[in-house]
Amino acid sequence: MPRDTYVFDIAHAQKGMAINRLCASLRSPANRSAFQADESAYADKFGLTAAQKTAILDRDWTAMLELGGSIFYIFKLAQLDQRSMQYLGGVFSGMTEQEFTLLMRSGGRSFG
Amino acid sequence: MAEVIWGLATSHVPSIGAAMDLKRTGDDSWRPLFDGYEPARTWMAEHRPDVAVVIYNDHGNGIDLDVSPTFAVGTAADYPVADEGWGPRNVPPIVGDPALSAHLVRSLVDDEFDITMLHRLEVDHGLTVPLSVYCPEPGPQWPCRVVPVLVNVIQHPQPTAARCLAFGAALGRAIRTYPEDLAVAVFGTGGMSHQLAGARAGLINQPFDRMFLEKVETDPHALAAISREEYVEQAGSEGIEMIMWLVMRGALGDNLTRVHETYHVPASNTAAALALFEAS
Repeated sequence: MPRDTYVFDIAHAQKGMAINRLCASLRSPANRSAFQADESAYADKFGLTAAQKTAILDRDWTAMLELGGSIFYIFKLAQLDQRSMQYLGGVFSGMTEQEFTLLMRSGGRSFG
Repeated sequence: MAEVIWGLATSHVPSIGAAMDLKRTGDDSWRPLFDGYEPARTWMAEHRPDVAVVIYNDHGNGIDLDVSPTFAVGTAADYPVADEGWGPRNVPPIVGDPALSAHLVRSLVDDEFDITMLHRLEVDHGLTVPLSVYCPEPGPQWPCRVVPVLVNVIQHPQPTAARCLAFGAALGRAIRTYPEDLAVAVFGTGGMSHQLAGARAGLINQPFDRMFLEKVETDPHALAAISREEYVEQAGSEGIEMIMWLVMRGALGDNLTRVHETYHVPASNTAAALALFEAS
């Protein structure tokens, strides 16, 4: 289960540097093609830890957050997979994309 | 002398731009938001500025991970539209105003805001979506030059809300001391409540948003007194970006009139709002 809230502080940024650099590299069309052609070899260029590499290859979005990923960076990977922010919201909150989308349309989730 | 003629607070979520780019603004899920924009757009079209000073945050597109400037000002003659990972938005190129930027930088530094200068910058949805909210059909070029002003709201610690309000006041002084007769609009972007990651993903806090929408006009110092931790708790880990509205509010000064506002849930996973103020 993910934490309630991820605070992208300096420790988190340092921890997730390799994940976020990989995702940032997907801003270039050539890099997107190279990643899709051989994800494992592409990932090896960024100095990921073994756990970070597994999280990327398995699309374990919560693990990416735990290992220092920033939502703004890992969303680039999600977009490459044609996954929406509503899909990710569902993953993080334990529901399907459709359930999450309907919940947003009914006013979003209220806490406290 | 240059003057600030109006200020626009608006969400900058990418899907608002995508809805326009893909011609989906008439869809049931989008129509209420875009209908809500209409009176503001009509008014702004009748009050065109020469320059838009757009306060926004980069989302890992224009600024490298290695550097996180707290406050930064673009100084370039033009700003390419970034490929954020799915191709650049098909919008006109962003034309800068280097002479105004140079004046703003000097004035802000002399006013003891030690900002970062960005001589080359690709701009992302944080800047282009607000321009589209202002002007949905620009044709081959935007109707104004643009000066980007960037605030770090992603990498903790973000500047305090109080510092954002004070920075805005300094930005307003800087604009008003520019010797050319320019009409300037100031955009404060981001918000409202939303959280994209973690188990609280999908958070919307309408009472907090409504309070903020009211007080950004009537009592910005009350909003400036709220801590970053409280913004994250109440408005969500990404909702804290509404502190950028306080930069706009500071730049407008205290003689302002609310022209229009609208609030809608959801735009993607966020509460989206627009608030337009005329400066007098």
